[in-house]
Amino acid sequence: MRANCWMGKNDVRVVDVPDPKILNPHDAIVRITSTAICGSDLHLYNGFIPTMEKGDILGHEFMGEVVEVGREVRKLKVGDRVVVPFPIACGKCLSCESHLFSVCENSNPNAWMAEKLWGYSPAGIFGYSHMLGGYAGGQAEYARVPYADVGPIKVPDGMSDEQALFLSDIFPTGYMGADNCNIKPGDTIAVWGCGPVGQFAIRSAFMLGAERVIAIDRFAYRLRMAEEAGAETLDYEEVDVHDALKEMTGGRGPDGCIDAVGMEAHGLGLAGAYDRAKQALSLETDRTFALRQAIMNCRNGGTVSVIGVYGGFIDKFPMGSVVNRSLTIKAGQAHVQHYMPILMERIQKGEIDPSFCVTHTMRLEDAPKGYDIFLNKQDECMKVVLKT
Amino acid sequence: MAIQDSRQDSRIERNPEATARPAGPSTRDLARHRPQGPTGGEGLAKAIGWFSIGLGLAAVAAPRGMARTIGVPGGSDDRDVMLAVGLREIVSGLGVLSRDRPAGWMWARVGGDAMDLTLLAAAMASEHADRNRLAGALAAVAGITALDILCAQRLESEGIAAGAAEAAQSPRSRSRRAARREEDRPHRYAVQVRRVITINRPREEIYAFWRDLRNLPRFMSHLEAVETIDDRRSHWRATGPGGTSVAWDAEITEDRPNELLAWRSMPGADVDNAGWVRFEAAPGGRGTVVRVDLHYTPPAGRVGAMVAKLFGRSPDQEVQEDLRKLKQVMETGEVTKSDATFGRLRHPGQPPTRAEIEAHG
Repeated sequence: MRANCWMGKNDVRVVDVPDPKILNPHDAIVRITSTAICGSDLHLYNGFIPTMEKGDILGHEFMGEVVEVGREVRKLKVGDRVVVPFPIACGKCLSCESHLFSVCENSNPNAWMAEKLWGYSPAGIFGYSHMLGGYAGGQAEYARVPYADVGPIKVPDGMSDEQALFLSDIFPTGYMGADNCNIKPGDTIAVWGCGPVGQFAIRSAFMLGAERVIAIDRFAYRLRMAEEAGAETLDYEEVDVHDALKEMTGGRGPDGCIDAVGMEAHGLGLAGAYDRAKQALSLETDRTFALRQAIMNCRNGGTVSVIGVYGGFIDKFPMGSVVNRSLTIKAGQAHVQHYMPILMERIQKGEIDPSFCVTHTMRLEDAPKGYDIFLNKQDECMKVVLKT
Repeated sequence: MAIQDSRQDSRIERNPEATARPAGPSTRDLARHRPQGPTGGEGLAKAIGWFSIGLGLAAVAAPRGMARTIGVPGGSDDRDVMLAVGLREIVSGLGVLSRDRPAGWMWARVGGDAMDLTLLAAAMASEHADRNRLAGALAAVAGITALDILCAQRLESEGIAAGAAEAAQSPRSRSRRAARREEDRPHRYAVQVRRVITINRPREEIYAFWRDLRNLPRFMSHLEAVETIDDRRSHWRATGPGGTSVAWDAEITEDRPNELLAWRSMPGADVDNAGWVRFEAAPGGRGTVVRVDLHYTPPAGRVGAMVAKLFGRSPDQEVQEDLRKLKQVMETGEVTKSDATFGRLRHPGQPPTRAEIEAHG
């Protein structure tokens, strides 16, 4: 089959690879119809996530049709149209039973690698480095899906690929970012980063009852999309974010601050240059501009919700602000399997049409071009969907 | 794992009875199996300690003279090096004489000796050096190195014996250090591993799975097959170092249903080994804590164990991975496989070929 493979830093290529096969009794094989490039794929593309190997198939947002099932699969059958969550979860361990699917205890066969970096291992993830399992990703014609009865859910007839696809990652991720803010009526939520995850966080915050959402980015087209959802916007290159947020929130600060940026934040001024230099010298693995701002601007006793991806260590972390002001920090890779049914229902009720964020539809063969324009934000790129 | 280990240590300190071995070799066995006879490590250490301090004092008092004695010119660089060497000699001498971890200090001396040998060898290349004197110094240091190694080894084995004997005589009053020695070094095996995992299944179920020894190869990666001979005896086949095949008969030495299972190899085994596994209900009904203790001596003994460690994963890591597989099998019914688990070390994250699946499936 054809698949988009990581061949090195800033080098992806669509090449021929073997077809996936059933390896375990709970596996299913899915013929992929639509797959997307995620902002977190850009961290891999830019070489910031360790333990990638030349030839790794990328992609963790995909959907398609079941073409083969293992002998223990009960809920899915050949011909079902499904969307697949990006974290791989067994459904049987204590974490899964607690609905913390993205920290499944059984799905990462390379858990020891993750334990070295993080202490304990989270779940395996499709196409996202060897320390997260070394699973082939979904930017391909076919994918093997382990624990097929736990992850994938069926897509109802009449729902388009573009409406269902983002249940695999960015909709639940943005939604969990808002959910973790424990939003109460009257709350103001600030969202750093108006990429696709930020856009879903903005919309989710409103769904969960936020009075106001303030969106922070530097790209006009992204801020425009945030405005369309009802958010007020700040261009951090134009205004002092701290002053502006203070002004807008009556001197209190937002009740919840969502970091939808992650490890490659574009920093400004001295702090931005400092992070870039330290990351380049491998003195810190992740750049932290957005997270620092989210912390410093959150109201006393408020919640900082981190859904942007971080890989390792950060520097100049304002712990004093967190402790002395009673902040709560909540973080995590989205527990997609938990949110999928809830969000599928919201889509079916017409509360949201996730296809709003698609700006580019291409063939799988054009994946390298898709990465390039997404990375460089060319052509007002928001979300690239690849079709097989 | 460091966190886990320290927790175990503190438990031992608070309540030695709580973690007293339920099975496997008892502490009395440990003391009995210890090689007996005079070894004299402590007397030798005392002599070396005082010698070290004397030499160090001389080097610090007259660094230039000392430098010339061993055949280097005694310039200001040589003086500084000599001062540093002298100070190190004094420190290691004091350390060896101290009662705390003399074997550790003796090994530190061996490290210092290696440094001195390197320095002297480097000095040989210098055109200003007196090669004859240097050669003499080299020979002397080499001799001292040999003596240090011998002494360190003796101290170590005496320490273990003392620790085991102490533990055997008065389990209540044994010191933390003695306890750790016993925990770390059961008697005659080259490799000892203790690992733990929590499995989200009732302990009856996990015990029953383990008690049917034929299931062990499902999660123990080195085992090819286990056949039961009768209720207590079984025949084990495994892959040894370098793909060799090894086999042995084993017998169950203790069997407390749903609680504990202990076994050991019978005389004449290719791989002399023993082990036990304990099943405890996790607090709050959160499944079962499975603790495993394995001891074995690889075919080439201690040297084999060291070589295996150098060229492969550590035994700790191997057993941890095996326990992870046990958890996967018990909780999900299958061993987790990704594309990268096929092929050799670094298979990319893309589907394995049929041939790779056949070779590694």
